[in-house]
Amino acid sequence: MMNDSITLIKAGRRQRQRRWIIATTLLVILTVGLSMMMLMLGNTIHPVGEVFRALSGETIQGVSFAVTTLRLPRMLAAILVGFAFGIAGDVFQTMLRNPLANPNVLGITTGASVAAVFCIVILGANNSVISTASIIGGLTTVIVMYVLSRGKGFSIGKLILIGIGIQAMLNAAISYMMLISAEQDIPSVLRWLNGSLNGVTMSAIPTLAIAVVILVPLILLFSRSLSMLELGEQMATTLGVRTDFTRVILILGSVAMISIATSITGPIAFISFLAGPIAKRLSGPGFSSLLPAGLVGIVLVLASDLVGQFAFTTRYPVGVITGIIGAPYLIYLLIRMNQKGEL
Amino acid sequence: MVKQLTRPPSSVLPLIRKRKTHVPALLIRWSLIFFILLVLSAAASLAFGSRMVGMDGLMDGLFNPSVETYEANIVRKRISRTVFALLCGAALGVSGALMQSVTRNPIADPSILGVNTGASLFIVSGIAYFNINSAASYMWFALAGAIITAVFVFGIGSLGKNGATPLKLVLAGAATSAALSSLVTAVMIPRSHVMDQFRFWQVGSVGSGSWDNITLFSPFLLTGIIIAVICSPALNAMALGDEAAKGLGVRTGLIRLVSSFGAVILCGAATALAGPIGFIGLLSTHLVRLILGPDLRMVIPASALLGGVILTASDVLGRILGSPGELEVGVVTAFVGAPLLIALAIRSKVGAL
Amino acid sequence: MSEHVYKADGLVAGYDNKPILHDISLEIPSNKISVIIGANASGKSTLLKTMARLIKPSEGALELDGRPVSKIPPKKFAQVLGMLPQSPIVPEGIKVSDLVGRGRFPHQSMFGGWSNADYEAVADAMEAMNITELADRSIDELSGGQRQRVWIAMALAQQTDILFLDEPTTFLDITYQIEILDLLMDFNKIHGTTIVMVLHDINLSARYADHIFAMRKGQLVAEGAPDDVITSDLIKRVFELESVVVEDPISSTPSVIPVGRHHTRSAAMV
Repeated sequence: MMNDSITLIKAGRRQRQRRWIIATTLLVILTVGLSMMMLMLGNTIHPVGEVFRALSGETIQGVSFAVTTLRLPRMLAAILVGFAFGIAGDVFQTMLRNPLANPNVLGITTGASVAAVFCIVILGANNSVISTASIIGGLTTVIVMYVLSRGKGFSIGKLILIGIGIQAMLNAAISYMMLISAEQDIPSVLRWLNGSLNGVTMSAIPTLAIAVVILVPLILLFSRSLSMLELGEQMATTLGVRTDFTRVILILGSVAMISIATSITGPIAFISFLAGPIAKRLSGPGFSSLLPAGLVGIVLVLASDLVGQFAFTTRYPVGVITGIIGAPYLIYLLIRMNQKGEL
Repeated sequence: MVKQLTRPPSSVLPLIRKRKTHVPALLIRWSLIFFILLVLSAAASLAFGSRMVGMDGLMDGLFNPSVETYEANIVRKRISRTVFALLCGAALGVSGALMQSVTRNPIADPSILGVNTGASLFIVSGIAYFNINSAASYMWFALAGAIITAVFVFGIGSLGKNGATPLKLVLAGAATSAALSSLVTAVMIPRSHVMDQFRFWQVGSVGSGSWDNITLFSPFLLTGIIIAVICSPALNAMALGDEAAKGLGVRTGLIRLVSSFGAVILCGAATALAGPIGFIGLLSTHLVRLILGPDLRMVIPASALLGGVILTASDVLGRILGSPGELEVGVVTAFVGAPLLIALAIRSKVGAL
Repeated sequence: MSEHVYKADGLVAGYDNKPILHDISLEIPSNKISVIIGANASGKSTLLKTMARLIKPSEGALELDGRPVSKIPPKKFAQVLGMLPQSPIVPEGIKVSDLVGRGRFPHQSMFGGWSNADYEAVADAMEAMNITELADRSIDELSGGQRQRVWIAMALAQQTDILFLDEPTTFLDITYQIEILDLLMDFNKIHGTTIVMVLHDINLSARYADHIFAMRKGQLVAEGAPDDVITSDLIKRVFELESVVVEDPISSTPSVIPVGRHHTRSAAMV
């Protein structure tokens, strides 16, 4: 009797685990494929062999420069930024139990943007200063949001409204800095509003890579505690989760990560909003969606950038494409939530 | 049906009668204060800018047409801009007051509801695909965009139970805005001429205020304000709830439709000529309500006055901050208005969201 | 299952510096079923939550096996004492066995899958609550009674020696109430788990409890075996209700028959 039920339960878990593994594997394959395309495609198309030879350090006339100097940093930035936005978005959505509550909507990425714009445009600072300032900007926004929304009658709705207000102000600040710096060319404006991979150089990659390599494992380490938070504050506490500690670590980790990402590519629209729900759909229930969400983030950024670069006669920055995909989904989600009476 | 239509709704509103008793003194005092503010902001708008003008120049420019000094000429050039700013502000103020009472929602404002972005998308598309280039054609495209967006956003926001709550409307507005602004960028990027023209419009702010534009704008402003004034007694009744208003003989559906139309043409026309300017409606209406209470028959004219003052003052501030260029007035109003939105969000009860 | 001594001494606790509990001292009888009774807002839930460490007491001491509970690490504490709060939140789309498995958190490391012990505990808990067949169903598809059994199974899977339940039968039909209480009693008999719960129904409390804690306005007014404690005097003190206490024909435990202002025939009997 007992063994029968164990077998039954195991079978169900195995099935869900298999689905998770298949989904994750497919996402990894997609990531690799799209990354290769990023390196191969461009003004001229280079075959796989040439790309690998160029990557391994061989100097090939007309290939090496395009592949290693132009396309490689773009690809790396897309991967790192997509991973960061995807995981951080899923952390926020799971923690606050609401798909609308993501760093984009809450204005956290805008906070990081303001700091980055200030450093780049006004101070002309170097990369490490920019990254540090972005983290400070992102965290300050979180703290301000926390201070403003706490007290009696906390609700996610209130948090989101405050976030939208803060965003309006921060965007105004960005516009102002753009104006007085006279660097108001369209590409840079677009980058800070929608996100773009244009003009990413190799020098920006190490900081971002280090942040992702340190912070992602930290966040994953808390994924089991995060899934306990889903059961509500009380249930999680009685099961032995240090809820406040868990939240602080997860927020600090994900905000630091997306702040650095934002300082390099701008807040690429809707990645942190889309990745979590898509990942949950693909990988199914029962197992943590954090890793799949990060992979979905990568796939979205890579695919959108490829579409933006090559699908049309004009090159569009990645944020415009993700905006056009993401906003209708947001509207759809709102309609569904409204009909269910969840808002 | 016909009987109900012809009955003037205001005659059945005890709410308003009660207020009348102590209103005049308050109204007169504050009208005076608003008027003084209006004069001050107008004077500031004439005097300040990338080049400051002294008192003498200001007086000469305004009252001595014979004096041909450099400063006097500058002042004269700024007159149309100032008038335009006052009118646009009035339109946006009234539009905000109307939207807030129609939706019974303290956070309604054209910019927050995405109506501005809708107007932007239509103008950009107009420039790109229909080669529009006159202010009049901008106007019609912007109006169409504003109306369609407003209908869409209200549609989404009022789905489900509880109707259009502030949170639902704001989210619907933000989502729609995000979608539309991505489209704006998508239309704009491949077409450099569109980008130039559109940027001129988007950055233009009230600087585009020529006498021609004012002439073009006035009929819309007038229509909107007349609608607002006519609807305000009925809207007052509707503040008590649709049931109560119906009981008082108000045709709630019709009033809602007409006053929404008024709100949208006011902000659509202002947006068409001045570019997207946010938060004026939110700011002016809330200040007015704080001072004069909720009676729309006072809130509407006072919002118009105060809207004009705020927009003009913000424009002056933008010119000073952005000197030697100028800072879009929309940026200034966002910076002033967003804290109010945040404050409203903090104060609001969870249930109201 | 091992015995535990869980004591409260001079406990004062509440929300926002507004004390709800006043000077409560008690010891939970080990391996028994205890029920806390009392009128609404008498502090039953607050007492349970404070003893489960969900609320920090402003005064007084809580000691588990002679050790102050504030000194016990959260996971260690959760291995000994589990609690099912009144309205836990269901994560979207989660399957029954996965949810029950969440109760294994205090026994698991930060990483890694389920151990054999985890599977055994989950299977055991699900069998105890009669929900094994529901293992791969979504929680959203279940009825209220089934859901409640899933939540209790989750608390059982935690395999604690002490289990707190805050109104486990509220909002359920009488059939499901009896079913759940029977299942809990089975579990107590088989595993010797100490159970403390808040129940609204006095007669069911008297039937299933080995020990009753009666509360009034944040204070403990009586405790002991149902036969000794449940008298019309106590009911009057705790609920401000006139009543007659008779013998339950099924369980021979005390059963409270309320006296209203009408129906004078019974009132005359008092």
